[in-house]
Amino acid sequence: MNWRAIYAIYYFEMARAWRTVMQSIISPVISTSLYFVVFGAAIGSRIQQVDNVSYGAYIVPGLIMLTLLTQSIANASFGIYFPRFAGTIYEILSAPISFIEITVAYVGAAATKSILIGLIMLATASLFVPLQIQHPVWMVGFLVLTAVTFSLFGFIIGIWADGFEKLQLVPLLIVTPLTFLGGAFYSIDMLPPFWRGVSLFNPVVYLISGFRWSFFGQSDVGVEISLAMTLVFLAICLTAVWYVFKTGYRLKA
Amino acid sequence: MDEAGPDLYLAAMPPIISVENLSKTYATGLPALKSIDLSIDRGEIFALLGPNGAGKTTLISILCGIVTPSEGRASIDGHDIVRDYRAARALVGLVPQELTTDHFESVWSTTSFSRGLFGKPKDPAKIERILRDLSLWEKKDAQIRTLSGGMKRRVLIAKALAHEPRVLFLDEPTAGVDVGLRRDMWALVRGLRETGVTIILTTHYIEEAEEMADRVGVILGGEIILTEDKAALMAKLGQKQLTLQLAEPLGAVPPALAGHQLELADDGCSLVYTYDTQGDRTGITGLLTDLAAAGIHFKDLQTKQSSLEDIFVGLVGANR
Repeated sequence: MNWRAIYAIYYFEMARAWRTVMQSIISPVISTSLYFVVFGAAIGSRIQQVDNVSYGAYIVPGLIMLTLLTQSIANASFGIYFPRFAGTIYEILSAPISFIEITVAYVGAAATKSILIGLIMLATASLFVPLQIQHPVWMVGFLVLTAVTFSLFGFIIGIWADGFEKLQLVPLLIVTPLTFLGGAFYSIDMLPPFWRGVSLFNPVVYLISGFRWSFFGQSDVGVEISLAMTLVFLAICLTAVWYVFKTGYRLKA
Repeated sequence: MDEAGPDLYLAAMPPIISVENLSKTYATGLPALKSIDLSIDRGEIFALLGPNGAGKTTLISILCGIVTPSEGRASIDGHDIVRDYRAARALVGLVPQELTTDHFESVWSTTSFSRGLFGKPKDPAKIERILRDLSLWEKKDAQIRTLSGGMKRRVLIAKALAHEPRVLFLDEPTAGVDVGLRRDMWALVRGLRETGVTIILTTHYIEEAEEMADRVGVILGGEIILTEDKAALMAKLGQKQLTLQLAEPLGAVPPALAGHQLELADDGCSLVYTYDTQGDRTGITGLLTDLAAAGIHFKDLQTKQSSLEDIFVGLVGANR
């Protein structure tokens, strides 16, 4: 492994985050804090407890997951798309570095950033609502696994996209709706039976449910199923990346 | 050891780059390279000369690992560019044609990044020397977007040199570059060659090849139609012209001189004689004798060698 090259790319990506700290770290934290105020404080005060947890606390895991997903995708897709757009990718492609190392560096940096944002949000949320984490190891596990999986997904989008519009397309049209309908703000048990059934086809439901279980010990679906679904999605992303490597798809003519 | 010693020693070593039967057809069906064979010796400056779209950048991109070859093989210092890509690429630096830079990075950080990317340990002293050599030291903390085009070109060179490559590819290095920077660049290239770096530059400026190169390869329509020592190429294909400025204008070439390849120019004020430098007999003595016999006096004479440009235009013309 060319560790120095991995470190060079990783460091470059992290430096970019610090340079744009307002956009890449502070702004997602602020926008999520607004959700706390609106849903947690304003509306939440009129909602009864969900699963014996106050509504304000109940939405915390879902909100963190929502931000984790969107930030992972945004970071990783932009990280690889921009060099392609600007042409600086030539240097990466001409370096003595394998595709696997390139992926580890970009995906690692994107995942680090979104995990960092997730932890900042967790700290912020604990200022608003009393929080307890029943299974901290699982919590960290879900956090890392989700960040890596969706950074990988973002990386694939960044390679697939051939314009800034396409870069936004998947996050806006697919990921955001799935997250909002994935039970970030409610338990899917609150839905009518038909929509509850439909929700089970939404992969984000499993992520949020598993993550919430690590906090409160209660979940919409079994934690094993949540873990399995996350791993399945990870496997799908790894397969797609493997295909990109094998063919040089959109990276090498 | 006499002066030819080192050269003979270098010539005995296997070529640093060898390309066999290399072809590239892009997904669009465009055949960019057609079965190229090429070998480049250690320590030489090789100019790949050809018009736009001839395949110069494709060839370089394949050797650097940016484009996948459709067929054939290539190796750098014995390392296959596909199977043994790590060893091959570690030896190579590339200065691309386009000014592709990370706008928001500083000169220092982008150059250090390049060194790390190629797997070399940090060496601030080395980076400093490179930046000073390229007159970039004053700008080391400046964001790249604030630099002029010429300075950005220097940054790209600094990045390519950051990992101390043994082979340097310069793709159209002086396109859109002012005279000062062009001179600096040529001096830098010569300095690098002194340290044993092999340099391959592509250009469609003939004067650049003529000024810089030890050897010239002419590429046209994806094929290398010629590789030759620059001097030999110019001697082989070059023609010379002898211009005689006459004391009295002539209306036509006198019949006594009809046996020579003569043309009248300047309204009959000068005679132009074209001859081949490679010929055993240039025919100059005969011409001058015949001129004297015909009673034609001249007040001045000059000879002119055709430039690489004339040669190149001739070659391109012949192949079309």
